[in-house]
Amino acid sequence: MAEISYRDAIRTTLIEEMDRDPSVVLMGEDIGLYQGTFRITADLLERFGRQRVIDTPISELGFVGAAIGMAMLGLRPVVEVMTWNFSLLALDQIVNNAAKVRYFSGGQVDVPLVIRGPNGAGVQLSAQHSQSLEALYAHFPGLRVVAPATPAEATGLLRTAIRGKDPVIYLENAALYSMKGEVPESDHTIPFGSAEVVRRGSDLTVVAYSRMVHLALDAARRLADEGVEAEVISLRSLRPLDERTIVESAARTHRAVVVQEQWRPYGAAAEIAAVIAEGAFDLLDAPVARVTGADVPMPYARNLELLALPTSDAVVEAARGVLYRK
Amino acid sequence: MAKRAARKAGRGAREAPGAASLRETQPDLDSALHWYRKMVTARLFEEEAERAFRRGRIGGYLHVYSGQEAVAAGFLAEMREDDIFFTSYRDHAHALFRGSSLGETMAELFGRVDGLARGKGGSMHLFDVSRGFYGGYAIVGGHIPLAVGAAYALRYKGGDQVCLCFLGDGAMNSGAFHESLNMAGLWGAAGACPLVVIVENNLYAMGTPLEGSSAVTDIPARLSSYAIECRQVDGMDFLAVRQAASRLITEARDSGRPVAAEARTYRFSGHGAADVFQPYRSKEEVSDARRRDPISVLEDRLREAGLLDDSGIEAIRREAEEAVAKAAQFAEESAPPPPQELHRHVYGEGV
Repeated sequence: MAEISYRDAIRTTLIEEMDRDPSVVLMGEDIGLYQGTFRITADLLERFGRQRVIDTPISELGFVGAAIGMAMLGLRPVVEVMTWNFSLLALDQIVNNAAKVRYFSGGQVDVPLVIRGPNGAGVQLSAQHSQSLEALYAHFPGLRVVAPATPAEATGLLRTAIRGKDPVIYLENAALYSMKGEVPESDHTIPFGSAEVVRRGSDLTVVAYSRMVHLALDAARRLADEGVEAEVISLRSLRPLDERTIVESAARTHRAVVVQEQWRPYGAAAEIAAVIAEGAFDLLDAPVARVTGADVPMPYARNLELLALPTSDAVVEAARGVLYRK
Repeated sequence: MAKRAARKAGRGAREAPGAASLRETQPDLDSALHWYRKMVTARLFEEEAERAFRRGRIGGYLHVYSGQEAVAAGFLAEMREDDIFFTSYRDHAHALFRGSSLGETMAELFGRVDGLARGKGGSMHLFDVSRGFYGGYAIVGGHIPLAVGAAYALRYKGGDQVCLCFLGDGAMNSGAFHESLNMAGLWGAAGACPLVVIVENNLYAMGTPLEGSSAVTDIPARLSSYAIECRQVDGMDFLAVRQAASRLITEARDSGRPVAAEARTYRFSGHGAADVFQPYRSKEEVSDARRRDPISVLEDRLREAGLLDDSGIEAIRREAEEAVAKAAQFAEESAPPPPQELHRHVYGEGV
């Protein structure tokens, strides 16, 4: 086990997969000469050349679409969107072509495409650069949506994504790039649709993904001081969703809190709460609680921005709520 | 405006630099007879599809290709077996010209399990990947980026295949067109994008005339913005299209650069089956255009060359009628997809 950062976990995995398979190519804005806005692709142009590390114009629709065409022809493109906000410019390509072409061709093509980049708020990036788009993408059949919370998850999920047959929405988080963690040195993969219980507990279940897992773990440590043992689940993949692990845990603890950074209405937490209600209704001792971002465009001012984001305080509060404790 | 557009459509014939003279194209004439047969068959196929649509055998939308046959026929005649192509939703003739079975194509329109896409795509999404047909797409312009990426992939893998991309004049105002052809121009400069763009200019973006949808109607000028040379060709003349196609495909193959053609053509039917009254163009304009039916234009050439006479024409027509009737019967008798098809092909197997 080596300890590396989330950023290096992604970068190293890209290098290893490119070494392993010449059909893996990278595309995106400023990933080559500029070395990548978040330096995920630092030095890769020099290492792999222009044919495999393709700097694109600022044309998300164009280059995501081109990557779909490459994937249909058997390449394995990994496309960087500078942030997921910009993916909205390519939404038609992702939704109408990548997600559906296998289906409407009656299974005649694979689309082994990964689209990756940071999702969610940064620090004072304001309304157009702070969105969490996982529920949007997880809505569409044909897409797979993953959101790693740690360097090990980043590595394992990226390998599975690159080696698969389907378009994968790979959601990173800029606040995690410098976070360090242990990564297995073997050819480590994480199958999609398998959540991990990252903390055992018997009093309630906290379901989270991406950066929210760390809020949940922090809240769990504080709850432990109050004598409450929270079980924390890192989903890792939102589509497919590991319903079994979620329901099994909620059925055992009888209470659940779901944490997401995105807006409350129609968000991932609503889907997860419904899954828990459908699978464990009779075993619940309280309604499933949701901790979410504020239902507003992200403000710029730091104090307002902090008010718009979920906190571990809010997770602790929600946990007390489902336990009917003050 | 529409009248002016129609006059321009005719003008293509005189303008086209390589308007094929009989002498120039003599070596191609034997196979031209083969393509004449295919064009007649495609026309009758479309007429049968229109009838089947009215009978309720075909659902959704139906966009027929009648009038534009010489364009797809001319280009597909020059494609090599391992070349590939993409097109839009007006895709039936493209599939047939490439050799897809008439029955399986009709069965797809009928939504049956023996259809090219197992009845799951329909008229707008014909696919026959085994023949290099990477599909018909139903968002205007949305397939152009795919074709650009596919062309890149062909060259990346080290082969000398080319990718053809058919699109309409209406698609030239989509962001997809501009974003992806700019990339094609950039990649082409490094010899990495063997793409042939074929603008099937039928003068209308659905019901909006070219002048009403494009601030600049000079199509080669627009393509030159992306360093893509574009040749104009009379899209009603199979031999002229084929000659242009041969040059363009060779150019793309040899150079790895994108090239383009503007084929001036005309759509005889409405935009889709629901476009009955066609208020955007006059009956006279349509009947004028029909006087230069691409099938008659080729027929005349073949007669001049002594390769076709009345009885030959009659025989080809009868043969085509039979083939289309058989296809319709095949589609009629094919089963609807079984319920388990509903959830198949959403994701790759075994993941």
